[in-house]
Amino acid sequence: MSASFPPDSVGLVTPQTATFETPLPLACGKTLARFELVYETYGTLNAERSNAVLICHALSGHHHAAGYHGADERKPGWWDAYIGPGKVIDTDRFFVVSLNNLGGCHGSTGPGSVNPETGRLWGPTFPVLTVADWVHSQARLADHLGINRFAAVVGGSLGGMQALQWTIAYPERVANAVVIAATPRLSAQNIAFNEVARQAIRSDPDFFDGWYAEREAIPKLGLKLARMIGHITYLSEHSMGSRFGRDLRSDQLNFGYDVEFQVESYLRHQGDTFSTRFDANTYLLMTKALDYFDPAGQHDGNLAAALAPVACPYLVISFTTDWRFAPARSRELVDALLRAGKAVSYVNVDSPHGHDAFLLPNDHYQAVFGSFMQRVYADICGESR
Amino acid sequence: MRADLELIYDWVPAGAHILDLGCGDGTLLDTLGQRKGVTGYGLEIDPAGLAACLRRGVNVIEQNLDDGLGNFDDDAFDVVVMTQALQALRRPDSMLVEMLRVAPECIIAFPNFAFWKHRLHLSLRGRMPVSRSLPHAWYDTPNIHLSTFRDFANLCREKGVRIADEAVGSADHQPHWTSRRWPNLFGETAIFRVCRGR
Repeated sequence: MSASFPPDSVGLVTPQTATFETPLPLACGKTLARFELVYETYGTLNAERSNAVLICHALSGHHHAAGYHGADERKPGWWDAYIGPGKVIDTDRFFVVSLNNLGGCHGSTGPGSVNPETGRLWGPTFPVLTVADWVHSQARLADHLGINRFAAVVGGSLGGMQALQWTIAYPERVANAVVIAATPRLSAQNIAFNEVARQAIRSDPDFFDGWYAEREAIPKLGLKLARMIGHITYLSEHSMGSRFGRDLRSDQLNFGYDVEFQVESYLRHQGDTFSTRFDANTYLLMTKALDYFDPAGQHDGNLAAALAPVACPYLVISFTTDWRFAPARSRELVDALLRAGKAVSYVNVDSPHGHDAFLLPNDHYQAVFGSFMQRVYADICGESR
Repeated sequence: MRADLELIYDWVPAGAHILDLGCGDGTLLDTLGQRKGVTGYGLEIDPAGLAACLRRGVNVIEQNLDDGLGNFDDDAFDVVVMTQALQALRRPDSMLVEMLRVAPECIIAFPNFAFWKHRLHLSLRGRMPVSRSLPHAWYDTPNIHLSTFRDFANLCREKGVRIADEAVGSADHQPHWTSRRWPNLFGETAIFRVCRGR
């Protein structure tokens, strides 16, 4: 069967699995004796191995960033708008690597995997991870792929934090960093939203202290609520208003608690879909990693000091209506990079779509991001000549 | 490169660390970087300018100059450059002070409102001049604080700022003899190099 995909799509892609037998020490003090990472690649690694771009995913993301897994797949990978032939991250030029993070629920070792020591599923005993742990595991993947240095490490939201951590932990392995709609640390409000999401999951009667899988249960209600609150924070008031307004599903008010407004219907649908495809323990892990991230923490809150090792140019992008990680959060990072004397560029893109804007097509966003990536490619060509 | 930028290019010492306020497409920073080893950042708000800077590899920060330079430390730079932006600022006087906080030396270029053609336009027609250096109508102009060569020199005096160098250019920004003798009348663009202290 021959499938037809758009000409600017990377087309049919197949996830791969890398297995690592060397123990990985984690920030929490525990060590993973072995682990697997699921990843996808798009484009071709050049002879000099200098054109690799690492894509770090956000909270609920995974390895499938671009293209299609099959002809019948309805939607392409989560960042297909920005990865493909001729797109901003041009797969005719770059070798793109995208993975499912450790602790994830899309194939990489995580709470749903078997703990080799016990023979039982990890479940709630899977170690709590940090952004730094992820970056160390990603460096192992880079070794596995023979990539010494990435032309760029790129990420939005939680992915942006990973890109930031890369430049601190492995400055010699990153030629450029792109940090989009991210923050150098969560605000109390951000942590509060995460805690509500976690409590929703943990108080679900089907959660069973995280051992739901052994009981063949899924804490669907908790996951649904967690996603609903998350989803509200990813959109702007404007984007919600323009999409749903106060539209009713029927013509009249019913004076009850069933779905009456379109926005309620939408949120319930988003929550339901999410609760069937995402793992509760992974959601808890990922939100904890978000909360813990604070590179300035080890430097008395001085972010510029934490950024001292950074050796590559940065592009920082925020969106005007993003209130989850507001432009001011990106400015904190930019100002610290300026104070540390690092090469940094910053653009605040005008968009009505809130935090989700980083995933959506936008002319100005594409122009600035694309211009930066053109420069990244020009530098590769200059180096290899 | 635009002729006023050529002059500024000559005035910036090799290897300097500079801040370019309203850096446009990044031509000046790019040229200074490549030919004189100058480093630094540009501040810009125009979307096309931001993309052009990124394509050149010029560090550009989206920042409205009216919000000040509070994110930069004292003496963070050797030189601050500002071309064709002074007249569009809400408070050019406080910006001058702010610029000399983050660097000991500043280079500022702006349209000289006392240029003879502007004077003629205003006196004969009784209307706000529209010219190559001031291309906007009075109601849609970003230039809210037009000043003259002499006005700026006076501002420097009031603020205790020393004028190290001054030059004026004609419409194509080439300096010519008349402007040197009567700069306020014959210079279309005024360029000042100023430092702290009298």
